[in-house]
Amino acid sequence: MLCQECNERPATLHFTKIVNGEKTEFHICESCAREKGDHLTGISNGFSIHGLLSGLMDFESGKYKSAGAPASETLQCKECGMTIQQFSKLNRFGCSSCYKYFSNRLDPLLKRVHGNTTHVGKVPVRAGGKIHLRRRVDELKKELQEQINLQEFESAAELRDQIRELEREIAEE
Amino acid sequence: MSDIRFTDKPLSDWMRSSAADSEIVISSRVRVARNVQSFPFPMLATDQQSRAVLDKVTEILQFDDIHQFGNFHVLNLDEISELDQEILVEKHLISPNLANESRNGAVILSEDESISIMVNEEDHLRIQCLYPGFQVQEAWKRASAIDDVFEAHIDYSFDDRRGYLTSCPTNVGTGVRASVMMHLPALVMTKQIGRVLTAVSQVGLAVRGIYGEGSEATGNLFQISNQITLGQTEAEIIDNLYSVVLQIIGHERNARERLMTDSKLRIADRVMRSYGILSHAYLMDSKEAAQRISDVRLGIDLDLIREKTIVEMNELNVLIQPGFLQKKFGRTLESGERDMYRAQLIRESFQREN
Ligand SMILES: [Zn+2]
Ligand SMILES: [Zn+2]
Repeated sequence: MLCQECNERPATLHFTKIVNGEKTEFHICESCAREKGDHLTGISNGFSIHGLLSGLMDFESGKYKSAGAPASETLQCKECGMTIQQFSKLNRFGCSSCYKYFSNRLDPLLKRVHGNTTHVGKVPVRAGGKIHLRRRVDELKKELQEQINLQEFESAAELRDQIRELEREIAEE
Repeated sequence: MSDIRFTDKPLSDWMRSSAADSEIVISSRVRVARNVQSFPFPMLATDQQSRAVLDKVTEILQFDDIHQFGNFHVLNLDEISELDQEILVEKHLISPNLANESRNGAVILSEDESISIMVNEEDHLRIQCLYPGFQVQEAWKRASAIDDVFEAHIDYSFDDRRGYLTSCPTNVGTGVRASVMMHLPALVMTKQIGRVLTAVSQVGLAVRGIYGEGSEATGNLFQISNQITLGQTEAEIIDNLYSVVLQIIGHERNARERLMTDSKLRIADRVMRSYGILSHAYLMDSKEAAQRISDVRLGIDLDLIREKTIVEMNELNVLIQPGFLQKKFGRTLESGERDMYRAQLIRESFQREN
């Protein structure tokens, strides 16, 4: 499908606008999207967060610059070479290390897309690292608080010991 | 060059079984995005790297644990014709993205086509499970079980804080995209659809046309899916979608009942007109076809039409797509020609005795 603005490049961003039950689709390319900027934010109407990523990323990097970081510094993934500017054009990371190298800049973006920054779902058994242990600690801490509220100090002490034991395991590398 | 049979018939075997709420929810689908550790994502992978990923992923078929889910066939995208690729897209077995842009792209399909595992799409691995009707929990259960099998043999890109790492940050975390395809003609007719869809978007769900992002919701078909993949458990994501869809089903049912009490004659007239046109027309563009099929589908559910079935309408919806038409008539068709052949196919289907 071609971009409906320039009729030249393939449309890569798709928005659905619904006003009073009337549904309108917009199909545009990345560069027309960039030109239209603000206008698009109005169009998307919360339906397609996908295409808004680049706008958000630009916004975040602007904020970052004004916070006094050196302008010459380019944030780049040392693994695959992708820069933050490339990411904001493509809306795609090059490799999983990008998540690490762009980590600080990612939080506001993830917050706006997902409302959250931290995974709480499924964990792979082998590659999951110490996340299983950490989740167990969180559970035990909740239990501990409950026991304290109930003034069950004996079982609270047991829980405290378990938590200490697990935290030692987590700290070991 | 084998296994082109996947493109011979319009309807996958899994779509033929009857299922819960299938007069309103056509199908349920869960897709899980995963990447193989220490390889760049497909967009940046070299030919050699994406080939290595493909080898690693298809190796899984040698292990016994995957065969509990059935027999699988691997289709390499560069070995099948563009037309067959188009048909796989029309059957929702692969994404347009895999067909158009992938390097060393492939799809691993189960015999009944209910499991479709895309390799080297936007992510290395996209495990997709399809179920007829409203069975989104079942679809998740199976996708997750297949994911477990892959995970036993492949190291995934995973981060303690971000979860499963994906090429696009809109999928990071669970990597889970769950969606249901809904037929909502009564909500459209009673002009409540806008309100319903706006409400849906406000609870973190997305609404799209039938061929995914960017396509129009023709034939009153709407795909509802989760937007959020990070900060919610898979169960929460699935439950949220489930309960919202359940409410939409309720609204659609109420709207259908109200139409039948308030304006039965008008509805019957509309449904039977569409039935007549589908049975007798000589030219039919895809948009009109989708709308008429939607009317007949509604008529079947309202017991105004007994000669046709919901499954036949599902089949027609795929059959009238450009890829299938051209396959059926064995050559490239201009869009005007397509309207003629589309009408012919539909006529034949409607005149066929059951
Ligand atoms: Zn353009
Ligand atoms: Zn990278």
